[in-house]
Amino acid sequence: MADLTTEFAGIKSPNPFWLASAPPTDKEYNVRRAFEAGWGGVVWKTLGEDGPPIVNVNGPRYGAIWGADRRLLGLNNIELITDRPLQVNLDEITRVKKDYPDRAVVVSLMVPVNEDAWKSILARVEATGCDGVELNFGCPHGMSERGMGSAVGQVPEYVQQVTEWCKQHSDLPVIVKLTPNITDIKKPAQAAKDGGADAVSLINTINSITSVDLDLFAPEPTIDGKGAHGGYCGPAVKPIALNMVAEIARTPSLQGLPISGIGGVTTWKDAAEFLALGAGNVQVCTAAMTYGFKVVQEMISGLSQYLDEKGIASVQDLVGRAVPNLSDWQHLNLNYVTKAHIDQDACIKCGRCYAACEDTSHQAIAMSEDRTFTVKDEECVACNLCVNVCPVEDCITMVEMQPGEVDPRTGKVVEKEYANWTTHPNNPGACAAE
Amino acid sequence: MTANALTPGIVAGRLDPADYAEQFTDLHPRLDDHEALVAADRCYFCHDAPCITACPTDIDIPLFIRQIATGTPEAAARTIFQQNILGGMCARVCPTETLCEQACVREVAEGKPVKIGELQRYATDTLMEQGVHPFSRAASTGRRIAVVGAGPAGMACAHRLAMKGHDVVIFDARPKAGGLNEYGIAAYKTPGGFAQAEVDWLLKIGGITVENGKALGRDITLDGLKADYDAVFLGVGLGGVNALNAPGEDKAGVLDAVDFIADLRQASDLSRLPVGRDVVVIGGGMTAVDAAVQAKLLGALNVSLVYRRGRDRMNASKFEQDLAASKGVRIITNATPVAVRGNGAVREIEFEYTDDDLKPTGQTFRLAADQVFKAIGQTLSGDGLPALEGRKIKVSGAGRTSIAGVWAGGDCASGGDDLTVTAVAEGRDAAEDIHATLTAEG
Repeated sequence: MADLTTEFAGIKSPNPFWLASAPPTDKEYNVRRAFEAGWGGVVWKTLGEDGPPIVNVNGPRYGAIWGADRRLLGLNNIELITDRPLQVNLDEITRVKKDYPDRAVVVSLMVPVNEDAWKSILARVEATGCDGVELNFGCPHGMSERGMGSAVGQVPEYVQQVTEWCKQHSDLPVIVKLTPNITDIKKPAQAAKDGGADAVSLINTINSITSVDLDLFAPEPTIDGKGAHGGYCGPAVKPIALNMVAEIARTPSLQGLPISGIGGVTTWKDAAEFLALGAGNVQVCTAAMTYGFKVVQEMISGLSQYLDEKGIASVQDLVGRAVPNLSDWQHLNLNYVTKAHIDQDACIKCGRCYAACEDTSHQAIAMSEDRTFTVKDEECVACNLCVNVCPVEDCITMVEMQPGEVDPRTGKVVEKEYANWTTHPNNPGACAAE
Repeated sequence: MTANALTPGIVAGRLDPADYAEQFTDLHPRLDDHEALVAADRCYFCHDAPCITACPTDIDIPLFIRQIATGTPEAAARTIFQQNILGGMCARVCPTETLCEQACVREVAEGKPVKIGELQRYATDTLMEQGVHPFSRAASTGRRIAVVGAGPAGMACAHRLAMKGHDVVIFDARPKAGGLNEYGIAAYKTPGGFAQAEVDWLLKIGGITVENGKALGRDITLDGLKADYDAVFLGVGLGGVNALNAPGEDKAGVLDAVDFIADLRQASDLSRLPVGRDVVVIGGGMTAVDAAVQAKLLGALNVSLVYRRGRDRMNASKFEQDLAASKGVRIITNATPVAVRGNGAVREIEFEYTDDDLKPTGQTFRLAADQVFKAIGQTLSGDGLPALEGRKIKVSGAGRTSIAGVWAGGDCASGGDDLTVTAVAEGRDAAEDIHATLTAEG
């Protein structure tokens, strides 16, 4: 059996699946249920300054995007940080950590950008016995209007400053949670690292309006006829999150900075992809909010099976395996030539590949009277659209042409040697191969 | 004394009065909104979709399903009605398992086609229940067209002609319009008075007058109609019933299945409709199944459906055969009736086993029977009709008969299957041809 235990930024947990700071981790009651279900750790819902708690709207907090059979694909929220008194949360965290010493309990924090505010709350949080803190520089709605959350995360100088304060006033591991609502994710990540962060976590939610009520002409979720942008999460954001994790993982100056991967992790497979792209663990929210805490059991069994099948001994051995294969477009091999191939036995003759290719691509699929669909190699540029629109898995595949064969589209012999754009004759800035 | 399943003879009230409604409830209850979305989502929106090709009326099925999937069943209904104004009834009675759903690529791929028929019903019911008639008439042409027969072919023809601005008079021998939709289809396929509601809804187009109780050859003649109207469409159906040609078929208790089905459809109280204890239905088509299943639902103890060839030659679809079997109908194949026995009333029927080529084997058996339904096909009846081809009115092109100015379609005309949906297509296409002809005449 593969070893699923992880040590992330010095914090141990029995598996790499943590619940992200969000509604599922707002209370002792929920967190106890989560631990009983098997979650390796939680990031407690963000605590704010002592004093009167913040308030939430009293209308809908969530909006959603659905796929087939109302499968939830994307969730948007306008909920703020915890609306319960600070001391209540601290007392609960203390009790939970005491009862679950083997699980990771990290506390998310968001207070105004002044040193005293951070110093004050850090001391009280440390007293709970928790394993670490996560700085919420990501929340894109509500709190950002008050100069916190993503308003901090979008300014690298602030990120570095607050991180420095936290490292100065606490011995706890500091994880900096990053907002994706920024042009270049490497900048705040670098700032966090420069500030001494032990790790970064990303992505927080994405600015979003999920839909518009076409009767009220108001964004959803709608509060008394008005709507504000919220934070988007769930399966729909995974590709964005993967890219941002990858950007950090492949940047030389950020090497060694642990990454907690967040964004649309719904199955063990999603988690494995984040891990392979360099995340040391993952945080989950929407999947739990959609299906309940039990989903972690599928994630644990699935990841374990996958690692065993691959002969990978531990989660740690999976982390970063795909990073060396992250590349820039200009370095992709232009001598790698493939052609679409349709498996006639698997084909159900729906013709979607034909419509897609004929209408929107390269007219590279032929349709016969009896609805047999075949690829015209002389037209096929191997764009993969037919593969993507085909409803039958593995019916259309991309077959690699072998060196020495002639590509009927270009009439050129497929070269064995690797060659990319930087040396291509059409590139005005091409440099001769040395 | 109250009757029950064991009571011999042809008697009413075999069931508890409270059970009749449940017995004859909707065969396929309408999909609810969520079921429709789930079903619609399974459609792949195929290019040049095989289901469209398989539909006799060429409904753009992928388009209407996508319109359902995007929350506009009303638009979906318009897409359907453009091709098939009786799309509501066809959604209920079409043998989709041998038409669109058989062609569905998901049937090919996984044996589970998109529920096209049920989705069509979801869409058409939605718009019809809103009382919306989605078409309006073109400016009046001043032309008058006679349609004989208010069945699917005649109604479809009349509607399309009315849309084009022509004035239409429909003559029908029966007291109500609808033809087989009203008189010839099992009650559980179209409960709740749908057939008449559909007629009323269709007539909202305007410009159509229905004259009931007018039979061709009795109250009206083809020559008379030709003289009085600019064109005539014959959608008279098949009024005659084939005989068994077995001695004793005139005995009491031997009936035409179509009459039984019509009586059942018109009955205001099913508990007063008599049915035998030992019912034998002779035939292998939809009518035979409709009669057999409904006899069983009325409380008959034993219902046997006897067909002269093998199962795969039966006109009733596999779905219909399975339906009959699930209701407790015993299907006997390769047997031909040779004698109906009984003293005044039928008591038993003697059959002889026959192979698929109807070659007699010399081996016989007898079935107890107090009621026998003949369902071995209907024939065209009437005199003075246009030239025939075989036993039906010969047509070419879009329903043109041997007589200029006279078109025909539906079951009475040659070509095509005897299906509601085929009749609709033929009526519609004849209307287009009539319109083109009259317009060309200027």
